[in-house]
Parts: sequence; C-alpha cells; structure tokens
Amino acid sequence: MSVATTTHPGGHEAHHPSGLLRWIQTTNHKDIAVMYLTFAVIMLLIAGAMILVVRAELFQPGLQIVQPEFFNQLITLHGLIMVFGFAMPAATGLANYMLPLMIGAPDMALPRLNNWGFWILPPAAVMLVLPFFLGLGGVGAGGIDTGWTIYAPLSMQSGWGMDFAIFSVHMLGVSSILASINVIVTVLNMRAPGMTFWKMPLFAHGFLYTAIILITIMPVLAGGVTMLLLDRHFGTNFYNAAGGGDPVLWQHIFWFMGHPEVYVLLLPIAGLVPHILSAFTRKPTYGYKAQVYSMWGIMFLSVIVWAHHMFTSGMSVGGQLYFMYSTMAISLPLAVLFFCWIATIWRGSLTFETPMLFAIGFIVLFGWGGLTGLVLADAAADPQYHNAYFLVAHFHYALYPTTVFGAMAGIYYWLPKWTGHMLDERLGQWHFWVALIGFNVTFIPQFLLGLAGMPRRIPDYPLMFADWNMVSTVGAFVLGASHLIFVWNVIKCVRGGKKAEARAWEGAEGLEWTVPSPAPYHTFETQPAVK
Amino acid sequence: MNASDSTLEIAAESGAGPADSLEQRNRRLMWRLVTLAVLCAGFGFALVPLYDVICRVTGLNGRTNAMAVAAPSNTQVDTTRWVKVEFLSHSMPGVAIQFAPQEFSIDVRPGALAQINYVATNTSDRVFIGRAIPSVTPAVAAPHFKKIECFCFNEQTFQPGETRVMPVVFTVDPDMARELGTVTLSYAFFEAPKAAPKDLM
Repeated sequence: MSVATTTHPGGHEAHHPSGLLRWIQTTNHKDIAVMYLTFAVIMLLIAGAMILVVRAELFQPGLQIVQPEFFNQLITLHGLIMVFGFAMPAATGLANYMLPLMIGAPDMALPRLNNWGFWILPPAAVMLVLPFFLGLGGVGAGGIDTGWTIYAPLSMQSGWGMDFAIFSVHMLGVSSILASINVIVTVLNMRAPGMTFWKMPLFAHGFLYTAIILITIMPVLAGGVTMLLLDRHFGTNFYNAAGGGDPVLWQHIFWFMGHPEVYVLLLPIAGLVPHILSAFTRKPTYGYKAQVYSMWGIMFLSVIVWAHHMFTSGMSVGGQLYFMYSTMAISLPLAVLFFCWIATIWRGSLTFETPMLFAIGFIVLFGWGGLTGLVLADAAADPQYHNAYFLVAHFHYALYPTTVFGAMAGIYYWLPKWTGHMLDERLGQWHFWVALIGFNVTFIPQFLLGLAGMPRRIPDYPLMFADWNMVSTVGAFVLGASHLIFVWNVIKCVRGGKKAEARAWEGAEGLEWTVPSPAPYHTFETQPAVK
Repeated sequence: MNASDSTLEIAAESGAGPADSLEQRNRRLMWRLVTLAVLCAGFGFALVPLYDVICRVTGLNGRTNAMAVAAPSNTQVDTTRWVKVEFLSHSMPGVAIQFAPQEFSIDVRPGALAQINYVATNTSDRVFIGRAIPSVTPAVAAPHFKKIECFCFNEQTFQPGETRVMPVVFTVDPDMARELGTVTLSYAFFEAPKAAPKDLM
C-alpha cells in the first residue's frame, strides 16, 4: 500500500483547555483513548487484587481469611469488573486511538458521543463497587454476590448491592453501545479516499464486527436486568416461578448476551494480532480475505449458540444436540484464523520483541482455551466438568490470553507511537515471561482440580485438593506481580527512552506509521490517499 | 484487489446523494444504529412471550399444562401397556405447608382417567395464600401428560392449621412414546407474590 501523506503543521495544542477540564471536555480521540486505557488498567488492578484475596483464601482448605458471603462478592465483582471494566474499555481505548490513525481519519466520527461514552464509565464502576466498600465499612450487606451470571432466583433474593449492579449494567451497556455506534460510523464513513472495504486493516474489520455484535446484544441484557429490577421491586413475575415466570428465562437472556460477549472480547484482538505478526515476521498477512470471512462466520454463529452454557440447567435431547453441534461449528472459522496466523509466521524472518512475544503467547494459550472448549461443548461430557474448576480454567485460558495478552501486545506495539519513546525491551521481556509462567502455574492446576471434581465458586474444599490449590495460588500472585512490571514499563516509556522513529518497528506497515512519533494531537486533517 | 471490492460499501453510502456532507451522513447512520439498538432492546422483551410459547409448544423444560384440558384428544384406552406415574412434592423455603401425595406412585393405562390425592397442612399460625407449580419429567412426556382437575389451577388459601385433601385427575395420552415407562409429576408450593399474580398460561 503506497500512501501520500500530508501531515498538518503542529501548534494545535494551543486551543484546548488544560488541566482537569481538558480531560473532562475533550473530544479528541487520542485523549479519550488514553482515558479509556488508564481506566481499564486501574480496573484490571482492582479486579486482580480482589481475586488474589480469593486465591489467598483457597491457599489452604478451611476458612482462614474471608467468610463465604464476602468470598461470593469477590468472585462476582472480579468477573463483572474484568469483563465490563477492563476488557471492553481496553478494547475501546485501542479502537479510539488507532482506528482513525489506521484508516486515515482525522478523528472518530462522533466526537461528542465519544466523550459521553467514556464519562459514563467511571460513575458506572463506582456504582458497581460502592456497596462492596460500604459493606466493608459495615454499611449494608455488601455488593452483588450472585456470581457474574446474576442467575435468578438467587438474584431476586440478593441485597441492594444487586440493585446497584443492575443500574451499573444499564450504564455500562449505554456506554458500550455509544462506543459501538461511533466505531461503526467511523469505519463506514471516515475511511481515507481509496481505502475500500477490502483494503481496510484487519484491525478495523475486527472492531466493526465487535461493534455490530454489541449493538445487538447489550440492549437485550439491559432489558433482562430491567425485568429483574421489576421482579425485585415492582411485583412483576418474569423470573418468579410463583407468579408464572421462569428462572430459566433469565439464563437464556443472560447467555444471549453472555456468549457473544466472548467474541466481543476476541474479535478486536483477532484483528490486532495479524498486524503484529506481519510486522515482526516481515511478511504480509496471510489470508486477509479468509480472515475477514472467518470473522463474519464467528459474528453470525456467536448469537445462536448461547444455551451451551445451560446444559446442566435441563434441556431436551434435541436442544442439547443443536447447541452442541452449533457450538462446535464455531471452531471452524476459528481454526481458519489460527491457520492464517501460523501461516503468516511460517518462513518469516522472525524477531521476538515484546509485542511479538505477547502475540505468540496469545495464539498458543488461546489455542488451549479453544480446545478445552470443545470438551465442554460436548453435551455428554459437559455435566461432568461444568460446575467444576475445569470450566474456570477453560474460560481463563480463553479470556486471559485474549483480553490481557492481546491488549498488552497492542499496547506495547503502539506505545512508541503514543509516547514517542521505544519501550524498555528488557522489562517487556520480563513482563512476558513472568506473566506466561504465572498464568500457566495458576490455571494448569485448575484443569487438574476440575478433572478431579473440585466444584467452583466454593470458598472451601476437601483435603485431597490442597496441593494443587496451593500451587495455583502461588501462580496467581506471580501473575498479579507481572502487571506491576507492565505499569512500571509504561510509566518508564512515557517519561523517556530511546526516541522512536515514525516507523517505530522495522517491519511495521500501515497508515499509523506514516505520522510522526509521538502522533501529533491532530492527525490526517487532510485525509491521505490510499492506492 | 478485485472486482468484489466495491460490493460491500454498506448501507451508509446508499441513499446518500452527493450533496450530503460527511457530518450529515454520520448523523444519519448514527440514528439508524440507535434505532437498531432500541429494536434489540425490544427483542429482549419479546423473548418473554416467545420463550413461553416455545416452551409450551415443545414441552422443553418439562413445562406442563397448568390449565385444565377440555377433553383428552384421544379417549382410546391403551390396554397393552402400563405407565408408572410418580408423584413428588416440595415446599419452597419459607412456605409452611406440609405437603405430600397419598401414594407415591401408581400404574395407569394410557388414555384412562386416574386420580390421586395430595394432602396439605398449613403448619403456621397465619393464613397462607399460595400456589403449587407443576412440572413433568422427562420433558418429552410433558405434552402428553394431561391434567383434567388439579389444585394447581388455582391459588389456594389455607386457614392456620388447616389440613386439606386435594385431588389431581389426569390422563396420560396414548400418543406418548412406548419407551417412556415412567413419568414423574412434581409440585413446588410457592407463596403467592405480593402483587396479584398474572394468570398462568
């Protein structure tokens, strides 16, 4: 792709307010992206600290540190914050910063909407965790404690932490719908002249489909929690069996959102990783069209397989067969993606800088997550593993490499573009290896515990599970520590380091590398022409 | 690239005259997407009746008729086989109703009317208003299990300490698959919700 660039002369910093007001009022996609990413990392650390308390409790059998009621709040908030507070804002942050740069647009299409989308998030997060901290201080019964799946009828009996969580989900939903609308409008209307749909970077493809899924599913969840609120306080009987409702209806509504959500987290990363692979193998991406078609396949299949999360809730044989086969069908487009990623690496001249390490780590670990998912998709095998630690290990293998390794790969890849400095390569390598070892030491034992029958979501366990739990807890603390290396590395990179060139990585391709590093406050005010 | 390059210039471009500015096009697409989001929220609520209908038609979830059937569709008694019908009862937490069938299982001929009695006692010293919700296992048997009379059709009121015998009259449809030798009918007693319950479908 050859590009004619006109960079606008600098000096734009003059006309925006400084200090706190700059951040509150900003409509600049780069400012908003920085806020999204900062917010996401803070949430990652908070939810990570919560789960370390859980792991500390599980270090030994018996109850040493926390009571079961508190344990339930911790696992629930960990799940909700990681999905809605960390993973989605991190992806939105990457999209905000990089989409306009990669498609040659001056900004996101709807800047004011962008600002609103972000500023709904902090109040939503406060609303979610406030009852938890009030509970710590002795006010109220604590935060939401139903597990992140919020299953009725338990969620109808839970305390007012539940009501806070419901309103928080409403706000988070609105925020992600606004962000999704912005992404779709930007990708469809704001591309540089000459950049046709089939010349768009895969990153833009990934985010486009993510946004489409989100607009479809988030309103359904919002409706679901609204019905829950009505059941709790206004005498309706959507989920209340006594009044003719059905608690299983909640499970259907939740997983209609919950399963595509997994692909909401995956697709941006599946779009991002090929750019990194291509840069560090110095080869063009293999199978561009095949990857786009696979993303379509994943997008369509994602919304019709949800009930495989409900095999243990009771289902007819016909229903089980349908959801089993449709779930397994998703492995086909995913296998195409894997093939393309590996074929991109094949016979390339590889170097293993930090972003590349994280990208490869993502592929390997996510592969494990996918393969263990096939075990769980089997309707006959699932009841054995579903409520055991095997499932916990499975979805962490699916989600951690995606949301954390994938996002880290992206952040490290573009950090020179954002800060104008190369990152500390040695620290980056430390971060990767500590995280990789910590992650596997945490979750491989959980596969074994699950196969041995240890139930999930329980703060205590029989003596026979003690050894592997101890190993898993040690791994979790190593994994937690790895994120501190990351924060340190980012701060170091912001403050200084080797000056980054416009094309910070030798093999990197794309419009974003044609603007100087750090990227000026305003870029592509005259859109580049793509041939 | 190739000929299909331009095939996917999605709806955004279509209908946009050359006079439209980028801002107008952005705004129009935004409102279309907002409409889509609102429609999807509507779909979330539409799932409630859809789910009811699907469960009733297919008998998934063991949902059985909670209303009297007017007349059994097939009155031919199948004398070539017996079906064992088992009876279960539960009281939900906080419901002070002691509640059990007089017989725990009976054998019936498909197509023949059968009756059993449940005995329920209000063990508390307050008036209890509640309702028993039926369920049939296995789920595939649910559409074939027809209740003609049942205490689950109505809300039940118990005076403090009152004991009542409550009959269930039912028939197992002869259309039910022969492999199903045993059918279980289970009741869970709930306290009536504070607001008036909507009618069971």
